[in-house]
Amino acid sequence: MPPPSSDHPLSVSVHAAGLTYAGVPLFAGLDFTLPGGQWTCLLGPSGVGKTSLLKLIAGLLEPWAESRVMGGDGRPLTARAGYMAQQDLLMPWLTVLDNVLIGVRLRGEDARAAAPRARELLAQVGLADRAGDRPASLSGGQRQRVALARTLMEDRPVVLMDEPFSALDAITRHRLQALAARLLRGRTVLLVTHDPLEALRLGHRVHVMAGRPATLDQPLEPAGAPPRDVRAPDLLALQAELIQRLAGAEEMAA
Amino acid sequence: MRVLRPLVIFAGLLLLWQAVAAAFDLPRFILPQPWEVAQAGWANAGLLAHHARFTVAEILMGLALGTTLGCLTALTMAYFRPARRWLLPVLVTSQAIPVFALAPMLVLWLGFGMASKVAMAMLIIYFPVTAAFFDGLRRTEPGWLDLAHSMGASRRATLIRIRIPAALPALTSGLRVATAVAPIGAVVGEWVGASAGLGYLMLHANARTQQPLMFAALLTLAVIAVALYFAMDAALRRALPWQAETDPTTDRA
Repeated sequence: MPPPSSDHPLSVSVHAAGLTYAGVPLFAGLDFTLPGGQWTCLLGPSGVGKTSLLKLIAGLLEPWAESRVMGGDGRPLTARAGYMAQQDLLMPWLTVLDNVLIGVRLRGEDARAAAPRARELLAQVGLADRAGDRPASLSGGQRQRVALARTLMEDRPVVLMDEPFSALDAITRHRLQALAARLLRGRTVLLVTHDPLEALRLGHRVHVMAGRPATLDQPLEPAGAPPRDVRAPDLLALQAELIQRLAGAEEMAA
Repeated sequence: MRVLRPLVIFAGLLLLWQAVAAAFDLPRFILPQPWEVAQAGWANAGLLAHHARFTVAEILMGLALGTTLGCLTALTMAYFRPARRWLLPVLVTSQAIPVFALAPMLVLWLGFGMASKVAMAMLIIYFPVTAAFFDGLRRTEPGWLDLAHSMGASRRATLIRIRIPAALPALTSGLRVATAVAPIGAVVGEWVGASAGLGYLMLHANARTQQPLMFAALLTLAVIAVALYFAMDAALRRALPWQAETDPTTDRA
């Protein structure tokens, strides 16, 4: 089942974004574009404002009045961006299937009609046989796969992900990156991460965010289509460069 | 061991009681011996059962009413911000008044029947239930609220599908406290003025120097309170199977 929204990838433009958090201006007059149908990865030192920028795009934080977040079609992004956080945010009182269906229920839509699609998405993330279980019985990787299925259930053209794999062990993370790259193909993705290799593996573009108020550098654009082979020499060379940029960003913060 | 331990504790307390009564050679009207109390209980089983029925009914009705009212107050405060500003100070002030001091007034207004005791039990559990549930409703995981917002959920849907279920563990701890204190409310009400109930029977027996009967009534009350607590605990565990194990006796810390 190809996601209907992938036929017309929606780009996102952030214009003159400004945000004050706890009295500190995190960024001001920031311009930022997410190319349609591509993965944009955002790296940077802790506390630089990566998550705040993502939440601003998701409409979860109130930015300065002049800030604009628009879809490529010139309309606001409202209700067209899905959100996936570092914690899986599964609800312990719901079964795996009901967790995938939570958005449908929250909007008061017909959950029974949506259940077959939810089961299919669970099958796609390899958890078809766990639909009736509670999240507490799943491993960290399995829980994050349910969260991925829940995100896919929302079927939004734009997906905003805030370090969704960072709490997982290396091998589980590697598998989940490949799965997410496959299942989210064709959607416009913003991935906030602190792992340079993850960014280079998955991103069409990789930005480093630095300074206060924070700015974005010219993005790195690794060759080839993600998910890339992490053993490729040019990828490792890029990783070295990226780590250098990040070290520079840390110094700016210090 | 789970079943055995309460029995061992009970036997130990009984032994201690017997030892104290024997060692100090206390007269019957100060501290009757366990076998005298058992005898009085056996001889007056029908009488005890009759009065216990009233007390149990008062406790259960007080619990039902207090829980309902407490939950409604907590929900109102969580959902309507202006209500929070007006209700919270009232709630805190109401706790400054010792509920026991209200007992004579309640009997005066509601009479010697069950109504004044139900009101007493209700008042005493209203605050713990309200405070626990409201606290739970306020402390919803912020990530869940972000998620709901990004999914286009209304405030009402978020309350019903996320905030209320997420607050249920907090509510259950309020309910456990309520179950433990509700009998106090009922008995205090009965002491102030009543024509039935175990509290009434205790006063009545004491006045007529039937101390063994008074102790039997007290024992009956204790058994009822403990049984009620365990029944509530079991019911709450069944109702929220997803809740983490919270048995304090199995804590590792």
